Amino acid sequence: MPNPSEVKQTNKSNRLKYIMEFISEKLFLICALISVLSLFLIIGFVFFKGSNPFIADGYSFIDFIFGSDWIPSEDKYGIFPMIVASIYATIGALVIGVPIGLLTAIFLSEIAPKPIAKIISPAVQLLAGIPSVLYGVFGLAIIVPFLQNNLGLVKGQSLIAVILVLAIMMLPTIVTVAETAIRAVPKTYREGSLALGASPIGTIFKVVVPAAKSGIMAAIVLGLGRAIGETMAVILVAGNSLIIPTSLTDSVRPLTTNIALEMGYAYGTHQEMLFATGIVLFSFILILNFVLAKISSKGGK
Amino acid sequence: MNTTLERKEVKESANVEHQNDQRSVKISVRDLDLFYGENQALYQVSLDIREKEVTALIGPSGCGKSTFLRTLNRMNDLIDSVRINGDIHINGNNIYQSKDVIELRTKVGMVFQKPNLFPMSIYDNVAYGPRMQGIKNKKELNKIVEESLRGAAIWDEVKDRLKTSALGLSGGQQQRVCIARAIAMKPDVILMDEPTSALDPISTLKVEELIAHLKKDYTIVIVTHNMQQAARVSDKTAFFLNGEVIEFEQTDQIFSMPKDSRTEDYVTGRFG
Repeated sequence: MPNPSEVKQTNKSNRLKYIMEFISEKLFLICALISVLSLFLIIGFVFFKGSNPFIADGYSFIDFIFGSDWIPSEDKYGIFPMIVASIYATIGALVIGVPIGLLTAIFLSEIAPKPIAKIISPAVQLLAGIPSVLYGVFGLAIIVPFLQNNLGLVKGQSLIAVILVLAIMMLPTIVTVAETAIRAVPKTYREGSLALGASPIGTIFKVVVPAAKSGIMAAIVLGLGRAIGETMAVILVAGNSLIIPTSLTDSVRPLTTNIALEMGYAYGTHQEMLFATGIVLFSFILILNFVLAKISSKGGK
Repeated sequence: MNTTLERKEVKESANVEHQNDQRSVKISVRDLDLFYGENQALYQVSLDIREKEVTALIGPSGCGKSTFLRTLNRMNDLIDSVRINGDIHINGNNIYQSKDVIELRTKVGMVFQKPNLFPMSIYDNVAYGPRMQGIKNKKELNKIVEESLRGAAIWDEVKDRLKTSALGLSGGQQQRVCIARAIAMKPDVILMDEPTSALDPISTLKVEELIAHLKKDYTIVIVTHNMQQAARVSDKTAFFLNGEVIEFEQTDQIFSMPKDSRTEDYVTGRFG
């Protein structure tokens, strides 16, 4: 029979445990809420500031999207060239980055002997960790002069330079996500295919890759998101001219760089129009995320 | 009821035994050693597997029977650390001297423990092997798919849904489509690695009936944990223990009067 003081003591220490439990639960919740709160603050702020010219000052949203002149000093705000530049740059980067990324992922997960994979895999992951400004510097120091010299351009900063830099930048995302998806394909599929007399390469392209389809699509969409949102590296190699690009060698200004270049000195309507540019950019990202969610839910079935 | 069934089996096996001498040796294994890195998994295995017979491989888990089965279509090649000594001849060709693994695997089909149909339609699954062999003609593929599914006794169940996903079938149906996929290659030999261990009793029965039917055309080697199954479906049985073949005899003999006391202990359920 325990004496009363002992009982009291255990109760007390239990109470302390419950309090600690309560506090830590709330702490977790608060931490989790911070990201949600940040998201809503950013969205709210950008939308509030960005929609102001159209609601309060009577600017036309259609003119904003489809106008081809961006001359803040003359009160002309059209971002169509930038939208086109962003889309071209992203699609171009996809055309180059996706095949290279996928073949790398397939090589790492299916073909490479372990020692080689052990060198390439960390290298690809490290590529993801390089600050984007360094990609820009690399582009400026290597790619831009190379284009300038070999294509006989007046100015090497161009759409093609942006595409090349973005293609390299999206590689780590595509490679790691696609590699994970390919590795997740059950071994029994490979065995089944090989046992039917299929070659290893035939097995990869007819069974393994189709089975990893949804993961691979997710990899591509994530890479796309990375490309469309990239700013720093793009500023350095884009040339930033306000024209609708008609060739790969044209100097371009995508949406992101427009914001970064001008936000420092803009005020009033000009500043609000830059926020509006942010809304357009954000809409692209939202659409991508929506597509991604669709793909992942399909993959789950 | 069970005993009459067994008696019937014994009778049938006796008949088979009679014909045995005319049947030619399909697979001949001599002094086969297999190592996983430093560990030896098979010791001096020598077996003759005859044409159009069902040969069962039994033994406790880890005894090397699945490993042995996988040497017959060189599936062990997929594991880097595997090393093999000894000879395996199939149709008189030494399969480890030939470089053409693909050719071997088209002749020696395999059905796995769990149904492993690809995530595509039933039709595409069965047509997969022939397509990989370069057959593109639609009529020809249709014919192969129908024949194979009929051969695997599943045509009537799936003929109206050939274009739907194979993964929507039940486990037992999937395993029979796996068998159809294997016979679509028109192999000589079909290897089965515990083909019914993931199936319910009724599906198991159907697969066993199918095996009995298939042996008219194919040489079948089956690994099984289920000794009743070995007794029901096989003509000959090899008992593996710790990587060695302890006894390789007519199935009825293995189960009624085994020569080795270890075989007797195993088949009577004293261990394993």
